Amino acid sequence: MNVTRGFTGRPRVLPHSPEGVGGAPIAGLPPGQYDAGDDWPVLSAEVTPDLTPADWSFRIDGLVAEPHTWDWAGAHALPASAYEGDIHCVTSWSKFGVRFGGVSLDAFLDVVRPDESATHAVAYSHTGYTTNLPLADLTGGRAWIAWEYEGRPLAAEHGGPARLLVPHLYFWKSAKWIAGLRLLDHDEPGFWEQNGYHARGNPWEEQRYSGD
Amino acid sequence: MTRTTSDTTAPGLFVPPTRFAVPGRIAVSNREAALWQTATLTEVRRETPHASTFRFAVPGWAGHLPGQHLMLRLRAEDGYTAQRHYSIASAPDDAGHIELTLDHVEGGEVSGWFHTLAEPGDEVEVRGPLSGFFAWPGDRPALLIGAGSGVVPLMSMIRHHRARGLTVPLRLLVSARGPEELIYAREYGAETTPVFTRRAPEGMPVGRLTASQVAPLLADERPPGGWEAYVCGSNAFAEHASRLLVSAGQPVDRIRIERFG
Repeated sequence: MNVTRGFTGRPRVLPHSPEGVGGAPIAGLPPGQYDAGDDWPVLSAEVTPDLTPADWSFRIDGLVAEPHTWDWAGAHALPASAYEGDIHCVTSWSKFGVRFGGVSLDAFLDVVRPDESATHAVAYSHTGYTTNLPLADLTGGRAWIAWEYEGRPLAAEHGGPARLLVPHLYFWKSAKWIAGLRLLDHDEPGFWEQNGYHARGNPWEEQRYSGD
Repeated sequence: MTRTTSDTTAPGLFVPPTRFAVPGRIAVSNREAALWQTATLTEVRRETPHASTFRFAVPGWAGHLPGQHLMLRLRAEDGYTAQRHYSIASAPDDAGHIELTLDHVEGGEVSGWFHTLAEPGDEVEVRGPLSGFFAWPGDRPALLIGAGSGVVPLMSMIRHHRARGLTVPLRLLVSARGPEELIYAREYGAETTPVFTRRAPEGMPVGRLTASQVAPLLADERPPGGWEAYVCGSNAFAEHASRLLVSAGQPVDRIRIERFG
């Protein structure tokens, strides 16, 4: 592509980042993304549900030895686990150094014991939103059920009382108002994936749309 | 072998209470969505003090449906790129051309370039159209609610309705701070009710969208089979408008929302 006449972009050199000098990418910012700073845009396609902790439940079923449903207290009885790092939205903003509190998805999966045949999961929300993920992206300390943001209860517009958190993938994979996971032996496109978005959504490979 | 959910899941599993999880209404062409194309700016039209419409020639554009968006990319000399999602403002029947209406966002690196440097002849890159979720092909009665530049994808629907002479019911409630900030003000007809939040012409109320403006559309003016509702605007506006719709009886699974900011 040709250079856009007169376009320079935002200053993008971090003081302690030699690789940032001369216009190279900022470390930590995937290609095509910008730093949203303090902003945290809300991007959900549905009406924000009125969902209290008392209404909330989380279920894992499908290809597991023992399907299980947790209520708010049951989920909080699992060992706490936090994520501190970056998040990336396909609409091109990223947010550095955010802190979520919750429970590692590994702790939930230990209870239900996935079958060896399980390769993928469909995450679904209390609103009916769905998104698909390879099971490998949900295990090994890379995914959480999160109910705190910066030490406070997660706001409803950001998926509170609890959302899925898979920060190494574009954020549409981190289903708000998470209601459950269904483990499958095949991939099954979710809501945005049926609307043209990529099946996996790795921000470092710019897997934005189907075909990327 | 083709598998379906029922092959692998037990009976009695969670059924979403709101049935929001409808697949996209509109099939998206993955081939078109993956392809970056050169768009040449042909015209800039001032809409309001803070918003302008940018018209582009895109000879290979495969067409879009009202409500769809695209991704636009600018490239700096050092190879840095910036890309943003923008709703398409023009109707589909505008062969080889598309229009975008952009707010001048304070400190915005892409909107800033458009509002201060762009001129006819400049080239940018676009890919799309993207996403079938917010699209409206003109088949069902549509109740559109937008604020600020959130009216852009809704205007594509109104233009489509007009250009094709469609008779399916269409209504627009559009909110702006004042008359001078109402984008596309000259183009609205009987389908549109403007709402002014800060300054209004003599005799018009000032204030944000109210239940009294939404409820009659879902009672007296409700078409047979009801409305498909499309809401677009800032998150605060989208929350407000979608709650008014739900309170007035609009089913949540027939409300589509695009939020920004």
